[in-house]
Amino acid sequence: MKEFPYSESKDTRSGFGAGLHELGKSNPNVVALTADLTGSLKMDAFKKDFPERFFQVGIAEANMMGIAAGLTIGGKIPFTGTFANFSTGRVYDQIRQSIAYSGKNVKICASHAGVTLGEDGATHQILEDLGMMKMLPHMTVINPCDFNQTKAATIAIADYEGPVYLRFGRPVVPNFTPADQQFEIGKAVVLNEGADVSIFATGHLVWKAILAGKILAEKGIDAEIINIHTIKPFDEEAVLASVRKTRCAVSAEEHQMNGGLGDSVAQLLAREEPLPLEMVAVNDSFGESGTPDQLMEKYGLMENDIVAAVEKVLARKRK
Amino acid sequence: MSQPSASTSPVTSETHSASATKTPAELKQIAAQVRRDIVRMVHGVSSGHPGGSLGCADLLVALYFRVMKHDPAFAMNGEGEDLFFLSNGHISPVWYSVLARSGYFPVSELGTFRKLNSRVQGHPATEEGLPGIRIASGSLGQGLSVAIGAAQAKKLNGDDRQVYVLMGDGELEEGQVWEAAMYAPHHKVDNLIALVDRNGQQIDGPTDAIMNLGNLRAKFEAFGWKVLETDGNDLEKLVPTLEEARQLSGQGLPIMILMDTQMGYGVDYMMGSHKWHGTAPNDEQLELALQQLLVDQQSDY
Ligand SMILES: Cc1ncc(C[n+]2csc(CCOP(=O)(O)OP(=O)(O)O)c2C)c(N)n1
Ligand SMILES: [Mg+2]
Repeated sequence: MKEFPYSESKDTRSGFGAGLHELGKSNPNVVALTADLTGSLKMDAFKKDFPERFFQVGIAEANMMGIAAGLTIGGKIPFTGTFANFSTGRVYDQIRQSIAYSGKNVKICASHAGVTLGEDGATHQILEDLGMMKMLPHMTVINPCDFNQTKAATIAIADYEGPVYLRFGRPVVPNFTPADQQFEIGKAVVLNEGADVSIFATGHLVWKAILAGKILAEKGIDAEIINIHTIKPFDEEAVLASVRKTRCAVSAEEHQMNGGLGDSVAQLLAREEPLPLEMVAVNDSFGESGTPDQLMEKYGLMENDIVAAVEKVLARKRK
Repeated sequence: MSQPSASTSPVTSETHSASATKTPAELKQIAAQVRRDIVRMVHGVSSGHPGGSLGCADLLVALYFRVMKHDPAFAMNGEGEDLFFLSNGHISPVWYSVLARSGYFPVSELGTFRKLNSRVQGHPATEEGLPGIRIASGSLGQGLSVAIGAAQAKKLNGDDRQVYVLMGDGELEEGQVWEAAMYAPHHKVDNLIALVDRNGQQIDGPTDAIMNLGNLRAKFEAFGWKVLETDGNDLEKLVPTLEEARQLSGQGLPIMILMDTQMGYGVDYMMGSHKWHGTAPNDEQLELALQQLLVDQQSDY
């Protein structure tokens, strides 16, 4: 098992803020909008240095999505910033009609996804956002794993023409991917090569997968760990290449099982390579109040849960 | 409907360049031809929304044939042009007819309205690349926000043209409209001219009965808009109001034109109720309608 050294842990939303600020400097067409969550989305630096390109919309997310769509018509590249819940479920029809169906170049940037939002509880902890967004034709869906990757993804999506959903969050996770990485939309990253099982992880569950990989290595299990930072377009080639070698898979994500990464893996395996799959995800339940760590534990999203899923899938493979 | 005597050439994409200044008499001729298109389009597929389309024919003709600066060699970004957005997308027939007759696409394509493999979709869409359309609409309540964004992009680009958006009166029941109504004055979006088709009707009945809209002038003024009122079916009043709105733009306030219209205007049996919001005429009814929608030189597609 490879080592993944890092010098600090950071939140992914700060990676977004840093990437957005860079874009402010490098791309005059980039504009940003928020619905009363400038600080939570780490958009302060952009706001301070590029006030004429920053739009405070107030607590009116539907309006924000429409305005963003309109701004693209004049060649602007709008980045909207609010919590994942209010970036998707709250405004699904606005995104569907004015952005996705209309093919508008809006970057929907969503923080505080999943149960790791913590104490605010289930009203704010959306676990359906990836599914809702990946179902929309024309939509690209990205869920990077750490600060550096979120920053790189933020910068990369400005150069891509089309609607994008970029998901990140509040938890502080090891910042282990390279600062100078080139973010390639739709390209899975093989972090550790292995022969026994493929672990496909997304978002900060990638770090949990690495921790699980270490535990598995001690048990003599050689896990291939792949970072699926882009949920759509889904890197089918990378997933198939891996499972054709390992003959079984585990998916890991902070999302509902319905509609998430595991669901994309399952569809692909069923069509192309029917092999056993176990899914580490929230299983048809809302979240609740608690600390992020407690919630990750309770909802079965920890490294131990990935290890258990691997053992289960290996047993199924042997049968 | 009475017909003016001024003779005009047939209304086709070839003969009506967008920039030519048209007299009210000429505009009336074009509007009558557009109304013929509307009833024929919805009749052709036994579906669609004639009521609001007929009521707004005068407005769209005034905008595209007199007021707006626009180029039928369509460019999505509309740089240096006035932009129009149709938020109440169900009245697509009137927009399609006006776009075709001002040269955006062949008039003959109106015959493909709502049919399979057509660019002329039931509701306006960009997906099939129909020239003139910049965003999809149909799900009500979104167009004012979109127009605001387009207007703000114009400001950022140093483009001094205007952005127009039309909404239905029933559509104003959508909350997003009021989010946008609050935003535009706050951000001084003064290159925006919004219009409401105040026909007093929606699907289930008169707006007064379904959800009383109350004093719209007072409401928009309270939100910080400059409000004008006009008769949307009288070009002699409508055109001057549109010109006044242009004069008033650029002064720090977004502009709202409350436009009184009659649903179904121009076809007597379609006027006076909500019945023809979304019903197509049968063969007999079409004949009756066409007898009332006379033009000096008919140029049906
Ligand atoms: C969000 C949304 N809800 C419902 C509808 C269905 N619908 C289409 S038109 C309409 C009535 C609109 O009334 P109004 O804006 O006054 O238009 P008019 O009937 O006068 O043409 C309704 C309810 C819709 N298109 N979008
Ligand atoms: Mg109405």
